[in-house]
Amino acid sequence: MIVEIGHYALTLALGLSVVQCVLPFWGARVRDPALMAVAAPAALGAFAAIAIAFAALTCAYIVSDFSVVNVVENSHSMKPFLYKISGVWGNHEGSMLLWVCILTLFGGVVALTRNSLPERLKALTLSVQASVTIAFLLFILFTSNPFARAVPAPFEGRDLNPLLQDVGLAVHPPLLYLGYVGFSISFAFAIAALIDGRIDAVWARAVRPWTLTAWVFLTLGISMGSYWAYYELGWGGWWFWDPVENASFMPWLAGTALIHSTVVMEKRDALKVWTILLAILTFSLSLIGTFLVRSGVLTSVHAFATDPERGTFILIILMIFIGGSLALFAWRAPMLRQGGIFAPISREGALVLNNLLLSTACATVFIGTLYPLALEGLTGGKISVGPPYFEMTFLPIAMPLIAIMPLGQTLAWKRGNLLGAAQRLMAAFALALALALVVLAVTRGGPVLALLGVGLGFFALFGSLSEIVTRSWSRGMPLSTAWRRARGLPRSAWGTAIAHAGIGVTVLGIAATAWGVESLAVVKPGETISAGHYALRLDGVTPYTAPTYRANVARFSVFRGGVPTGTLEAEKRLYTPRGMATTEAGLMTRGLGQLYVGLGEEDPTGGIGVRLYWKPFVLLIWIGTLVTAFGGGLSLTDRQLRIGAPARAKARRAQPGDGQADALATS
Amino acid sequence: MTRKQRRLTLIAGGLAVLGTALGLVLFAMRDTIVFFRSPADITAMNIAPGTRMRLGGLVKEGSIARPGGQTIHFVVTDGAGDIAVRYTGLLPDLFREGQGVVTEGVLAPDGSFAADSVLAKHDENYMPREVADALKEKGLWQHAESGGDAATVTQ
Repeated sequence: MIVEIGHYALTLALGLSVVQCVLPFWGARVRDPALMAVAAPAALGAFAAIAIAFAALTCAYIVSDFSVVNVVENSHSMKPFLYKISGVWGNHEGSMLLWVCILTLFGGVVALTRNSLPERLKALTLSVQASVTIAFLLFILFTSNPFARAVPAPFEGRDLNPLLQDVGLAVHPPLLYLGYVGFSISFAFAIAALIDGRIDAVWARAVRPWTLTAWVFLTLGISMGSYWAYYELGWGGWWFWDPVENASFMPWLAGTALIHSTVVMEKRDALKVWTILLAILTFSLSLIGTFLVRSGVLTSVHAFATDPERGTFILIILMIFIGGSLALFAWRAPMLRQGGIFAPISREGALVLNNLLLSTACATVFIGTLYPLALEGLTGGKISVGPPYFEMTFLPIAMPLIAIMPLGQTLAWKRGNLLGAAQRLMAAFALALALALVVLAVTRGGPVLALLGVGLGFFALFGSLSEIVTRSWSRGMPLSTAWRRARGLPRSAWGTAIAHAGIGVTVLGIAATAWGVESLAVVKPGETISAGHYALRLDGVTPYTAPTYRANVARFSVFRGGVPTGTLEAEKRLYTPRGMATTEAGLMTRGLGQLYVGLGEEDPTGGIGVRLYWKPFVLLIWIGTLVTAFGGGLSLTDRQLRIGAPARAKARRAQPGDGQADALATS
Repeated sequence: MTRKQRRLTLIAGGLAVLGTALGLVLFAMRDTIVFFRSPADITAMNIAPGTRMRLGGLVKEGSIARPGGQTIHFVVTDGAGDIAVRYTGLLPDLFREGQGVVTEGVLAPDGSFAADSVLAKHDENYMPREVADALKEKGLWQHAESGGDAATVTQ
């Protein structure tokens, strides 16, 4: 019964989305406020209906209702409760349901915001958003119905793929989707602006918080996924330039460009047409990402269930939305009033360079990811584009980008002073150089690229924070005054500094991977394996049985310079319902580095294959992304971004001590 | 700066970045691309030793041998050709005889294949797509409905 309610609610949501799409659109054309006002309740209704459908499916999972095909294929009555819930989105049908659920959630939140958003813009935005919802609801109902019944119902389910039975994977998809799908709002705003033919700073101010929210979630989602792959897949890598990873990285790059270009649009009323295009492209890349992951057209280390029919369906959705929106852009963009042009040496000039580099970097990733597909379609030749390609193309673009990041932050709007900005960054540069030299001395060499990365990471870190220091402190000022002034800086300034500093921290973590050590050996109980300063003694292998798997646990004693520092366990599991083996890596955190143990198979003599890594400062990679996301979140709480507070925002901007804002206020 | 100069600076800057990126892409494409080959392709095409490629097919029944340590020898077959593969390192959890596998490495002068990474299925139903296609061509294809996770083990 509950399952039927879920199925019905899904169909109802489709009906409501059609209403939400058609009536407000018509209302906006004929300027009928009553028709336009339909958008908000319809959006809320569609969200409620899909939330009910989602709850129904979750319910079927919790009670292990094996009359539902989806539950049979992805659940097991003995599975831990948490994974029963995460199993809902640990499969194709359920994850698409989560996708539309988040889509309508965003629509509902837009509908609820009481703000200065022009009525027409809001109605059109919700209407465009509903069209996306319709497409994906049709996709779910026709090709991937999560509520399909199994006749006859089996007694036991086939269990969730063991790799997905993990806390990291329980939160990764929702975070990632909040990011992916969040960009649909920016997209809907862009299309609405094109239809409306009007675009201004109000538009930019309205769209920026949404883009930023989506971006923060996407940052967290990618970071979580990377950490999951690191510890769960058992071979110690954290990024593989795999198509599925690139699929989430491309919208991130485009989205990063978008949050920067909307700033220019808001403050300087420029880059308008470009911002619209970027908003369209960002969501298009999210759609392409969904297609790549869901259709299985590319061989990936993270490949999920694939079905050609579904792939074709998503491809059609893709062509309609991307083709349609770009055609609309080509038709309407020339009619939009162009923004002004400005000096190259200025904050906005630096942001243009930022956009240029980010979108170029995104393009190189795009080419590398899709070229094999295009080549196969054209010539039938099968190739793979691996990490060497991406390292050769992405790094030379990303490194200058990170290097100019603190500079852009230091330049003033309108007319910047390059020399002055460089002088303000001298301290940060000197400090970074000194630290890179210290690293060189301590490690006695190392790859040049890694040393460059260390310097770059420190420069980005200190350069970003020096912005806060130079804005609040000058020579001879008491620290208490400086602290008060620093606290008085707008939250967006703090957010920017912290987010940029986080990038620096991540770069440091990535650079540090160059000093990782690994060793590989067959170890018998009592024997040791060592990497770096650490030696691990295998104490023994003991079997144990859990409800859905059998495991062999290898217990190691860890020694550093002969001194015991603790124990570490790694497991080899065999999940009985699927007969599938997995490796649970053993991790021990020491400072910011980690010891990482992966197990291989046992050999006939009683030894076990062990791969041991010492990864110094590896945690910085994910700490940095968390800091970056925190910075984004902090910016989001800035008064200026709180919709509906433009008056206060103006007062805030005129505050003394805010150099760039002063320049703006006097302009 | 006049308006015209500003615009020119902007356009020149953009073109410079795009040009550099294009150069990098073309350069990288020439050197870093790896072709996918089946054992039959390799015997038929007379590929020069030292060429980096991906080799895919089935792990031949009874061909896995462990000469010691972490090194493993096995044969990848597609029915029409066999290639002996050497690999040192941990294998994916579901590496088995009779199952699909994709390995990446270099062709040795003696015609064997020195693999430095093994990508195998991570689910009993998963078959890397290239392998599935190659096997279909050779008429060795039996079944593959749903997929799962594949994982690479890189040395």
